[in-house]
Amino acid sequence: MRIGYYPGCALHGSSNDYEMSVRACLDALGAELQELDDWICCGASAAHCINRKLSIALPARNLALAEREGLEELLAPCPLCSMELIRTNTEIAEDADLRHEMAETVELPIQGKTKVLNLIQVFQKIGVDRIKTAVKRELTTFLPACYYGCLLTRPPDILRFDDPDCPSSMETILQALGARTVDWNYKTECCGAGLTMANEDTVLDLSNKILSNASEHGANCVVAACPMCHVNLDMKQNDINARYAATHNMPVYYLSDLIGLAVGLEEKALGINRHFVAANL
Amino acid sequence: METKDHTADAVFGHLRVDDCYQCGKCTAGCPVAEEMDLMPNQVVYLAQLGQIGRAVACGGIWECVSCQTCSARCPKSVDIAGVMDAMRQQSVQEGKASPLAHRTVAFQKAFLNNVRRNGRLNEMELVGQFKITGFAYSLADVPFLFKDAMLGPRMMVRGKLHLRGEKVRDRALVRRIFERCMGEK
Repeated sequence: MRIGYYPGCALHGSSNDYEMSVRACLDALGAELQELDDWICCGASAAHCINRKLSIALPARNLALAEREGLEELLAPCPLCSMELIRTNTEIAEDADLRHEMAETVELPIQGKTKVLNLIQVFQKIGVDRIKTAVKRELTTFLPACYYGCLLTRPPDILRFDDPDCPSSMETILQALGARTVDWNYKTECCGAGLTMANEDTVLDLSNKILSNASEHGANCVVAACPMCHVNLDMKQNDINARYAATHNMPVYYLSDLIGLAVGLEEKALGINRHFVAANL
Repeated sequence: METKDHTADAVFGHLRVDDCYQCGKCTAGCPVAEEMDLMPNQVVYLAQLGQIGRAVACGGIWECVSCQTCSARCPKSVDIAGVMDAMRQQSVQEGKASPLAHRTVAFQKAFLNNVRRNGRLNEMELVGQFKITGFAYSLADVPFLFKDAMLGPRMMVRGKLHLRGEKVRDRALVRRIFERCMGEK
């Protein structure tokens, strides 16, 4: 199976552990990634705050590159990237004037026909049954709180993925691999996302609530599929403890970490040793 | 009293603000509403009235974390998160962003300038630029300059720090895209 791949800036920056994890895990499952040549930033959390046209043009350039390369499907493991790409795709597909305007702006024809996938969707495409046949280690010691955050399911009418109030796609996969996922309240609450540097107070407050709720419900780890969620919950966990006199010691995994461990990959190959909170499950 | 500005219709028309009946569900579910001077339902109300002057100058629109919970839950399908975006865009364009939001605005601008130059985000450059533009030039703000300084070495040992960021090959194209969207700069 060959899938187009849009890493986005975070995965080529300080969230390189996420890229290691995604690549190692998908490779083990026989999915081949074709990285988009000369991809550019999608505009992330900044473009839509500052300039509407730019917030469409930056994703549009990448979608146009994917169309030029003949990629029918494009994996964007960062939910902010995937949401921006899908939103742009939808707007372009529905509006002929915008299509023409964007083709001129980004200097490539664009139709809006690439199917953009988040990481969970790629695992669904591979299929739980197929993943199960590759399992070398059942995940029975893991009691994960599956954390979806904002942009895997919202805005629901654009993303059309899972249930925006109570998603369960990660649980379905991890339970099949032996993990005992916990029920909890904060699976779609926001962690503060890209405001880590700009507004740390908000990020620490929201992330503290998420970690507290996860441990109150008996989780021994949090599983995320987003680089920003991982930064806020893992890298900032020390700061959260200091600010709120808390004692969180909650490992935060990417979804591909746990699936990777289940199919027999080493922690180092998945980049788990790069996390701030030591994973010892 | 501020009178109705009809340019507001063009800015907010596609966001369905006129459908809002002020149930307040957006504000009730907003994770940062308590930090806001004007709350999401109030910002939508001002958009309905076309009195956007107060909204573009408030600090609350920059507290918004763009989590999309408001838009997802609105019983009338008003795109409240889109309204927040439109207010922020207008606020930057008119140079009226609230001083309360100085740091967040500086961050978003530094982020885009960085992408404009490199095509991709260079995190080290962004941190440097943000520290310079987000600094309030007062003694009380000195801790801001050194905040997270200890994070650097801890990221370094984990191989998470890239001193030389990536650049795309066709940076001239990236600049042309920015110019077409934002005008010359």
